[in-house]
Amino acid sequence: MNLNVLKYFPLMPEQASDEAMSYDHLYWFISGLALFFGVIVVIMTIWLAIKYRRGSTADRRNPIDHHKGFEALIVSSTMILAMFTFWWSMNEYVRYRTMPTKAKEIFVIGKQWMWHLQHMNGIRENNELHVPVDTPIKFTMISQDVLHAFYLPEFRAQYHVVPGRYTELYIKPNKTGRFRILCAMHCGTQHSEMVGWIYVMSKKEFAAWEANGGNKYLPIPTTMAEAGKRVWDTKGCNNCHSGADTFRGPSLAGIYGTTRQLDDGTAVADTSYLRDSILTPWRRLTKGYEATMPAYQGQMTEEDVLNLIEYIKTGTNTAEPGKLSPYSVPSPGGTRFGPTRVKSATDLSNENDSAPMTQAEQGAERR
Amino acid sequence: MSQAVIGQRHEIPDLHYLNNGHTIASWLLTKDHKRIAVLYLISVSFMFFVGGLAAALVRLELTSPHGQLFTSEQYNKLFSAHGIVMVFFFIIPAVPAVLGNFALPIMIGAKDLAFPRLNLLSWYLYVVGALIVLTSFILGGVDAGWTFYTPLSSIYSNTQISLCLVGLFLAGFSSIFTGVNFIATVHKMRAPGMTWFKLPHFVWANYATSLIIVLGTPVVAITLVLVILERTLKFGIFSPELGGDPVLFQHMFWFYSHPAVYIMILPAMGVISELVSCFSRRRLFGYEMVAFSTVAIAAIGFLVWGHHMFFSSQSVLQGIIFSLLTLIVAVPSAIKTFNWVLTMYKGSVVFTTPMIYVLGFIGLFLVGGLTGPYLGAVACDVHLTGTYFVVAHFHFIMVGGAIMGFLGGLHFWWPKMFGRMYSEFWGRLSALVVFIGFNFTFFPQFILGYLGMPRRYHYYYFAPEWQIYNILSSAGASVLAIGYLMPVFYLTASLIKGKPAGPNPWGATGLEWNKTSSPPDTHNFHEKIVVTEPPYNYDAISDNRDYRKMWGGEPLEWEKETV
Repeated sequence: MNLNVLKYFPLMPEQASDEAMSYDHLYWFISGLALFFGVIVVIMTIWLAIKYRRGSTADRRNPIDHHKGFEALIVSSTMILAMFTFWWSMNEYVRYRTMPTKAKEIFVIGKQWMWHLQHMNGIRENNELHVPVDTPIKFTMISQDVLHAFYLPEFRAQYHVVPGRYTELYIKPNKTGRFRILCAMHCGTQHSEMVGWIYVMSKKEFAAWEANGGNKYLPIPTTMAEAGKRVWDTKGCNNCHSGADTFRGPSLAGIYGTTRQLDDGTAVADTSYLRDSILTPWRRLTKGYEATMPAYQGQMTEEDVLNLIEYIKTGTNTAEPGKLSPYSVPSPGGTRFGPTRVKSATDLSNENDSAPMTQAEQGAERR
Repeated sequence: MSQAVIGQRHEIPDLHYLNNGHTIASWLLTKDHKRIAVLYLISVSFMFFVGGLAAALVRLELTSPHGQLFTSEQYNKLFSAHGIVMVFFFIIPAVPAVLGNFALPIMIGAKDLAFPRLNLLSWYLYVVGALIVLTSFILGGVDAGWTFYTPLSSIYSNTQISLCLVGLFLAGFSSIFTGVNFIATVHKMRAPGMTWFKLPHFVWANYATSLIIVLGTPVVAITLVLVILERTLKFGIFSPELGGDPVLFQHMFWFYSHPAVYIMILPAMGVISELVSCFSRRRLFGYEMVAFSTVAIAAIGFLVWGHHMFFSSQSVLQGIIFSLLTLIVAVPSAIKTFNWVLTMYKGSVVFTTPMIYVLGFIGLFLVGGLTGPYLGAVACDVHLTGTYFVVAHFHFIMVGGAIMGFLGGLHFWWPKMFGRMYSEFWGRLSALVVFIGFNFTFFPQFILGYLGMPRRYHYYYFAPEWQIYNILSSAGASVLAIGYLMPVFYLTASLIKGKPAGPNPWGATGLEWNKTSSPPDTHNFHEKIVVTEPPYNYDAISDNRDYRKMWGGEPLEWEKETV
């Protein structure tokens, strides 16, 4: 028989990271347990059914209808094996959910029905992602509409992409190649086409790709922080948030990672806190301030929010009140007290995007 | 202890519940639990074939990575229809509303359920709910899957979700009424002498199920109402754009729907306990342990819903706690499985159609149960959640387990329900075909899931290596379809041509076999019932000796001793 036939019956997906390998160890351990118990029960069933079939001459004297020792054996052995599996899986899980402190950050925005992936230096990709090998990659993810799940089978990695909050995931590719990005949460009509590819490149190739500006159709990448500064200027954030705390609003210079004193309790100014404070500022007010800031919920794209947060994280937003930066676009009035909708820098660059908008996307946009 | 006397001629009694009134009104306004069971049997069978048709079309479409027959929108509506119909209108009501309604009152020696009118109302709610859901399919369908995850279901989907949810809401009340009825009946209407620990396991299982239904269903009912309110009046409960929380929906949904898995499987387990004991001619091995494990599964089942949200922004600590609780379920499940198998020990095993279903159930439930730890162990779940592995796992439990239990029970009580025997040959053959077809359909899906195929995918042209397993699965599904269609024919034929069964064709213990005719009288019993015997009072030794004697076998040495 030609063993090549087996290549049409793949039994496991490729392993593209060390984590994938240690995942598979757990997977095959549980498979071993399942096989062990399965074989025992099947053999017992067949043996008892045949031996004690009606009409057989097997000795049926002294039947028993319970056996404490046997029940105890079942209870204790399944309990011990279940707890061992739990302990192993728990350790694996904790390690898997602990984000590395130093990692290349990628921002993921899920929308019906595509993955938008953004590098810190401003390179933006749709449904494909280029990353260097042997480097921890941390994804910060949010959905613009419904639930999605960012699923990377070759890395045995998955996490839901939820509207309204950031979720995190990390991988560390250990080989170069092309791997799948899938959406594993039903998200509407074209759910099965919300797929893409991760290109893991050698570090040298990646550096060349990056230097070349990534995607050809976006020749001049702006870093996320720079794009965020444009949002900052366009929205007029520095009218209230300047270099020092004023009666209008607290200073945001160097705010990232600090502990904020709120009206009720404290909060660490992490990514989620900053997002909340931009979109629904009345929820977590800094002590001593009134809820005067307009809520930007529904006024900004998820991409703008991410960029703005990156800019705030740089800690350089100390412009004097009222002084506009050279990046700023003159706004048609009224930005000071209300979020008048003006075309943001990223909206403009969206129009250069060579990927044509699908009908569904336009639908989502209208909504 | 009663014995089946082989070769004896039986007659159908002159008057029984089926011919006590021939008008349509006598059926549609009946308060007889047995007639309502028959009405339920007709309606759930109809819904089963509606859901099965949708499944067949889904499997047909998946043979090609590019799809061929449907657009993605149609495909999504098909798998949603399959899930909604099968879960809410077949598996949840099948065993309790058909077999439970028919057998439970007789098994405890009661004339009827405690609230006969409520029982009839529950059937009407089921029918109205089913008609509304079918109308919503005809008017355009539903594309959010049977889980209705928000905000897709509440804001983004433009399909008939509100109408469909109204139908499910009514169906939910139908199960609540059945649950209340069973609880009251088991508490108040047991015959003298029928103490709690003389109850057959089928009654225990339906009682535990009813408790879960009454505690859990209101939660999902109100959740569905909230989704309707969010769709129509823009209540901001689940959608972040309106100020809600999408993960909250998952908590509320699974708080019911995880226990709902036990609503589906526990009654089937009760059936299996009856059958394995009857056809091994042995008291159920470890009666107390099996009863305890039923209660344990029902109780722990309420505490594990979080394992559906391991990777939807639940905290790490929550993930660990839910994983621990989930893995503990392995213990009572193992107790049950081993006790069923050990019931055959020193028994006299008869391979009738129901027994073939029992053996099939044990095999399929085993696979379904043993693939549970993959998903319960939180780190192992990360790669498998949302893939075909999950699909295969819950089909092994819900279809392999619950439907094998239902069909086994139906073949067991069929002679009691209609007074006639079906063809044993076709019965055994169909059980075998179902078992083989089932494994071919769903086993490849475990591999598909491990290879990374997400569930609810329409196209997979970017992963052509998945095709071979999809084709295997679809081929198996066609075998399975034949297996499911066969009983329609030979069971229907048995109604006309079947040999009269007599009161106790299986030689079983239990009030329904020994104190009623087949089919039973409208008031079930002709005499006052006083229970003295313990349940499952079988005697394998004499059964086997009589059987051997009938075929001219000499008594064995050890048999002479025991006589």
